Parts: sequence; structure tokens; C-alpha cells
Amino acid sequence: MTNSIKVLNDKCSGCGMCASACPFGAISMTERPEHAKKFKLAVMDLNKCTYCGTCVQTCKFSAIELKKDTPRSAVDKSLYNGVLVYAEQRHGEIANVVYELLNEGKRLANKLGASLAAVLIGDNIKSKSQDLINRGADKVYVCDDPVFIEFQDDPYTAILTQLIEKERPEIILMGATNIGRSFASRVAARIHTGLTADCISLEIDNETRNLQQTRPAFGGNIMATILTPDHRPQMATVRHKVFKGAKVEERRKGEIIDFKFDFQTLINRTKFLGFIKDTSVAVNIDDADIIVAGGRGVGKAEGFKLLKELADILGGAVGASRAAVDSEWVPYSHQIGQTGKTVVPKVYIACGISGQIQHTVGMSSSDIIIAINKDASCSMMQIATYALEGDMYEILPSMIREIKSVSRSD
Amino acid sequence: MHIPVSIRHEPTIPALKVDYETDMLRSKSEMLEKKMNIIVCIKQVPNTTDVQIDSETGRLKRDGVESIINPFDEYAIEEGVRIKERVDGRVIVVTMGPPQAETVLREAIAKGADEVVLVSDRAFGGADTLATSYTLSLAIKAIGSYDIIICGKQASDGDTAQVGPGIAEMLNIPHVAYVKKIESIDNKSIKVERMMEDGYDLIESQVPVLLTVVKEINDPRIASLKGKIIAKKAVVKILDAAAIGADIKKIGLNGSPTQVMKIFTPPQRAGGEKFTGEARDVAAALVKKLSDIGIV
Repeated sequence: MTNSIKVLNDKCSGCGMCASACPFGAISMTERPEHAKKFKLAVMDLNKCTYCGTCVQTCKFSAIELKKDTPRSAVDKSLYNGVLVYAEQRHGEIANVVYELLNEGKRLANKLGASLAAVLIGDNIKSKSQDLINRGADKVYVCDDPVFIEFQDDPYTAILTQLIEKERPEIILMGATNIGRSFASRVAARIHTGLTADCISLEIDNETRNLQQTRPAFGGNIMATILTPDHRPQMATVRHKVFKGAKVEERRKGEIIDFKFDFQTLINRTKFLGFIKDTSVAVNIDDADIIVAGGRGVGKAEGFKLLKELADILGGAVGASRAAVDSEWVPYSHQIGQTGKTVVPKVYIACGISGQIQHTVGMSSSDIIIAINKDASCSMMQIATYALEGDMYEILPSMIREIKSVSRSD
Repeated sequence: MHIPVSIRHEPTIPALKVDYETDMLRSKSEMLEKKMNIIVCIKQVPNTTDVQIDSETGRLKRDGVESIINPFDEYAIEEGVRIKERVDGRVIVVTMGPPQAETVLREAIAKGADEVVLVSDRAFGGADTLATSYTLSLAIKAIGSYDIIICGKQASDGDTAQVGPGIAEMLNIPHVAYVKKIESIDNKSIKVERMMEDGYDLIESQVPVLLTVVKEINDPRIASLKGKIIAKKAVVKILDAAAIGADIKKIGLNGSPTQVMKIFTPPQRAGGEKFTGEARDVAAALVKKLSDIGIV
């Protein structure tokens, strides 16, 4: 048996609400010959339909019938309890997103009446445990071994899977970082559960204890709330900077547990050969609170020196649109947008960036957008919190002078 | 000297008469000869430049939106073709999708792929990343042996980046995500640069391996006229649920642990304050704003 969806011809009023609501463009409105063009009829394209049910909710005439076939092998959910945060470390430092996960994880754990745990995987990393407890973790599992010194998918997947199978958390939160997004999916596939990427909002349904995971899709054009109703644990990767970091409570009490794992299972088919640091950046673009970005309108590589000067005095990072990267004015690691990075800084200063959708999908969630552009009618100027019309080569030097004089007078 | 137009174009025509059926059979024997088999997984996505919000309903307009190869997958195809050119092998491009997805497969042929496979069945509908990973892993097994599997970093519609590593897990092979460069490659191992937030890691992996690639890895070529003609005639192999031996409980909506509860449109960002006039005054006004909110 498979899923089925159909339009009940006698109930369909032809209003077209479902067609405009369908996120997958699977419904079209056609003429009904018997009604002499008076009423239309909704028609489903089953090749496009994903049975999401949006149309069913939209229809005011109960004219769409959706039958979902769910012979799911449901797990015993009562065996799973608590929230687990993956405390990502890189080169021995805890990633900032971990503190945000602990804060949000604590809130969810409180709602569930459950505890918050964190797992540290690394070499010589146990000393970081108290920091995690001070930020809200009730328990910290430590997987400390030289094999974990650098991130590699095989051993990290094996150890996290073992911990999950033993401790059975009902929710697992991981940062949507390169590391998190690289091995979360492997873990989810191995334990056969659902994983929702890049969440920006999390909520608990009190009745079912289901985690309602909201994430952007189609480049942020739509939001989807996703459930993992019948499987446990419910796994989510979370974008950084969407939640506030947990406050520190010095000498908070918590349990530190050395996780005993089975070395036999730690096969590793990759070898870590080295790390080459990107020395061109002082502030990591993913972590930056302020980003000064340039696009086609910058016009030349030298222009980015001016952007960097402004970024430096603001303590920010330099970003770029694809046009600027393709012109080789700035390396790809700075690219923001569809084929680059997604950033959520407090302030995004877009210089000479017109704001095509491929770029704005990567930055439109910034708290404040400042656009500097000669063309007042371009998209970026329309969405900007502050839109400055003019030449960046005149405005930026004035800004830099002004900021310097403001900071001096402080 | 006057050269008639027809003559100038003629020499390319005979070379195009290729029998694709025997070509595909030949690939089987090549597998035995230890030529490298490169599988590239791609996805058909709506062209986001065309995505518009209906001002009345606030919904996504999808009518007449052109379907394209997911932008990241362009780099995956190109890298597959480059490996083929380096080590001698075959590039097989696979996609899971509705029958219309044939279009992007033909495009892949035009860009240098040797074979294309469309994994298509009504029963695959509504698949999440886990069910998709399962389906594609079975399709890859059905195709035969493989050395390198390449995926784009993520798709531009779902943005999850989960299917690549998921396939690797289901095939029980290693993977390296965010690959920005392949340093060396042979039948046993591969050395790659993995892009990280603070630089890059140098990783060596056993082969077979699955890689997900970022834009920096290459500059995709544009399909040649010859390639386009080949693409038109190419045979698209279709695999359905039965052909890949799929467990009905693990595919499509049934095989998907995640379910969409609701879909909604985020509030549109409203425009803000406009500043015009002398650069000096505009700059001063902005810095005052930034100072008021504690940025400077």
C-alpha cells in the first residue's frame, strides 16, 4: 500500500487556495467543461506531490482527501529520556555554538522535566567539562583518546553512536557546523532515526514530547516545521547565532562521566594528515558579529582593503558576493550566499551588492542590514535596515574617520 | 578563400554516430579491467533566481519555474569528469526524482558524463534524507562497482547536506565532506583538502570513498555543442523500486522518520531608513545609529 491523495470533485469549489498554498507546485487549476468555465477544479500532479498535507489544511471545503500509509516500526519512546548536546571542539577549543545549544537544550530539558547532558569527544579534553557544567549541563560524557584528536567521520560516528545506544537521549542537538553537518547524518543513518538540518527554532509538544523543529528551505523563502514522531532520538543540527549563549554559573554542580567505549568498533578508514590555517582572516566569518561585505560594485581588488579596514576597526570579518569572488578580488572562503556560506551576524554591511536572491539567502537573517549602493532601487537597498545611497569609496572613508573619532571621545 | 558553411560543419558529424547501447555494455567489461568508476549523484531543483513570492498569498510561486541541476552538483559533475580525464574511467550520473528529472541527466551527459541513471518510482515520493540516502545507495549498488562517489555539498532547495554522508553510511564506505581540492588519487587511496571554518584539513581516505564538494574545487565547463547533440540521443536508464530491490518500508514517505508538520512563509523583511546626501553626512548619520545601538 502507498500514500494517496485526491481531490473530491463534488466538494472542490475551484477557489485555487490549495494551488497557491502548495509549496511544491503540484496543484494546478483546470476548467470543468460541465460547469461552462464557471468553476475550476484542482488537479494534483502526483509526480510533484510529497503528501505534506499543506493543501488539506488550506482547503476550506474539505475537498482534498489525504491517506497516509504509516506502517511504521515505532520504537518504545519511553526508553528514551533527556537532551544531549554534542559539545563540538576543534583544536581543543569548544565551538561557540555549543554554548547556544546548552542554553536552548536546557530550556527544552526543563520543559520535558528531563536532564541536560553534553558529550565531549577529543584528546586531552576532560578539562573542558566543568565549563559545560557551568553553562547548564547536568552530565558530561567524556570520550578522551588520542584517536579523537582531530575530527574524522569514522571514529566520531562510531563513538557517538555507541553513546546514544547506551544512554538513549530523546533529543540530540548538534551545531550546523562543517563538523556537525558532516557526521550527524552518518550517525542518524546508523541508528536509523530522523535528522533535521539547520534548525532556527525548537519547541516541545507537551502531549507527545515531540520536538517541533523549524528550519528554512528553498533558500529561506519558506519555513518548514519538521517532526520525528515515531523514532528516537530526535536529532537536529542548529544554526549558530540563532539562540543566545548560556550564562556562566561558576562552580555549578554536575557529573563528569568517562565514557567507556569499545575500541574494536572504532574502525577508521581515513587519515588526518594536517591542518592549514587560513591566515588571511583575523575573525572567522561564521562567528563574526559584524560582517563588511563587498560585491560587483566594489569594482576592484583594492576596494576590499577598504572593506577590511572598516571590518578591522569594527572587530568584524570581510564577506563577499559571488561576483566579487569570481572576479578574484577575494578568496572563496569569504563567499556568502547560495554557493557560499550562510551567516547570521548582528550587523551586515553590504557594499556594492545589489542583493540578488542567491546572495540574500545567505545573509537575510542578519539582525541589522546596512546597504551602501549607488543604485537606490536595487534589492539590497530595499531590504536594508539602513540604506545609504552613494559611492562606497566616499562613504566608507568618512565612516572610518567618524568611528575613530567616536571611539576616541569615549 | 571562400569556404562553404556546410563543409566547415561537416567533419564533426560522423564522430557523433555512437551506439549507446553497446557503449553501456562496454562499461561493464571496463569495470572488470579496473578502470575507475566514478558515480556522481545530482538533484533537480527549482532555479532560485526565478523563485518569487506571490504578493497576495505570500506563497512561493512555482508555476513555470525552470528546473536546473542543483548548483553544487555542477561542481560534482565537473570533478567527476576531471578525475576521468586524469585516471581513465567512466562517469555515471545518478538522480532520484520524477520522470522530468531526465532533463538534468541529459545536461550531465552534455557536460561529460558517460552514462546516466534515473531512479524513479511513485513509491519514492515524500522521501526525507534518510529514505533518499537508502534509495540512492541501492541504486548505486545496482549500477555495479564504484570507486569514487561525488555529491554536491548540499542542494539549494533543501539545504540539508545530509544525503551525501547518508549514502556513504548505507554503503558502508568512508566519506569526506566539504572537499575543496583533490590532491592525489589512485585505485587505493585519495588525498583531499577539506574546507573548514578556520582553514582546511588534509585528509587521506581509502577508496571507495564518497566526497561532497564545494564550489572552490573547480570551474565547471560549459556544455559543448557536440556534448549537447550526444545528450539528445543518449539513453537514460531508469531504475524503479523493484529494479533496485528496495524494501517498501524504507523508501518514500514510509521510510522517512521525519515528517513535515507545516510549511509557512516567513515574514518578509521590511525596508528601513534611507540616507541620501553628501557622503560625509550620510556616514556620520549611520555611525550615530551604530553608536546608539552600541556597535561602535
